[in-house]
Amino acid sequence: MMSSYPFKRTCKEVSALLIAREDRELPLQERVALRLHLAMCQACPRFERQVLTMRNAMKQWRQYANDPGDER
Amino acid sequence: MGWAQLGRTAANFLTLVACMTDADASPFDQQVASHRDYLLRFARLQLRNETWAEDAVSETLLAALSKPLSFANRSQLKTWLVGILKHKIIDALRHHGREVCVGSGTDDEQEDPLESIAFKADGHFGESPAEWGNPEQDLSSRQFFEILEACASKLPASQGRLFLMREWLELSSEEICKELDLTATNLYVQLHRARLRLRECLELNWFAHPRAT
Repeated sequence: MMSSYPFKRTCKEVSALLIAREDRELPLQERVALRLHLAMCQACPRFERQVLTMRNAMKQWRQYANDPGDER
Repeated sequence: MGWAQLGRTAANFLTLVACMTDADASPFDQQVASHRDYLLRFARLQLRNETWAEDAVSETLLAALSKPLSFANRSQLKTWLVGILKHKIIDALRHHGREVCVGSGTDDEQEDPLESIAFKADGHFGESPAEWGNPEQDLSSRQFFEILEACASKLPASQGRLFLMREWLELSSEEICKELDLTATNLYVQLHRARLRLRECLELNWFAHPRAT
């Protein structure tokens, strides 16, 4: 199956890739598979938005932790 | 000792006395010490070990006191102290090396948190993930940061340390593997779990709950 559909991934696999992308660069084949799946799936783009929201949240927290302003 | 030098010494002494008796301008060491609790909070979160955290903060305060600088305000001083703390913490993590990831793979033999998301047998989502929206304002609120820190502190210790090395110390995955002599595979497994658990905790405690702001 992998040989006939080299870019086919399940939502579960895509979720793992979206998480992994936060910590490492994905190989080209995985990036393509991810993009193709996200383009035709309803649910996974939502999961992707959650991951991106978390990324943004950590960035905000980091700023707050590093430069907390006065009297916090 | 010449008279001129003696005069300068006396003047310095008088300046020192003036500083000590001036209640408004608290001495540098008092200002530094007043940030101890704040520094300890982050040291605990990152190191997950009370002794290591206390030591890192003590070393930070000592380093700061040994090279007094003047700052325009408390905030600048705090930012400077946090910068020193991060260096002391990286030293501690490097020093404790193996212990930092003790239990990687053993203190967390439970299933992959991905399994707690309901996927159907064919690997599709059983239930579509929730729309978290894009709550820019929410995400910079103090209440949110408290939940975020609580969720991070609930991660298993080694996962929490590795996750914060990425997110607070801003080390690359390669740097973390090098500092801790950890394999990339092991690191990625731990980070995968940490991120999924944090996602679940935030969903339960923040995104799924209507809250008073």
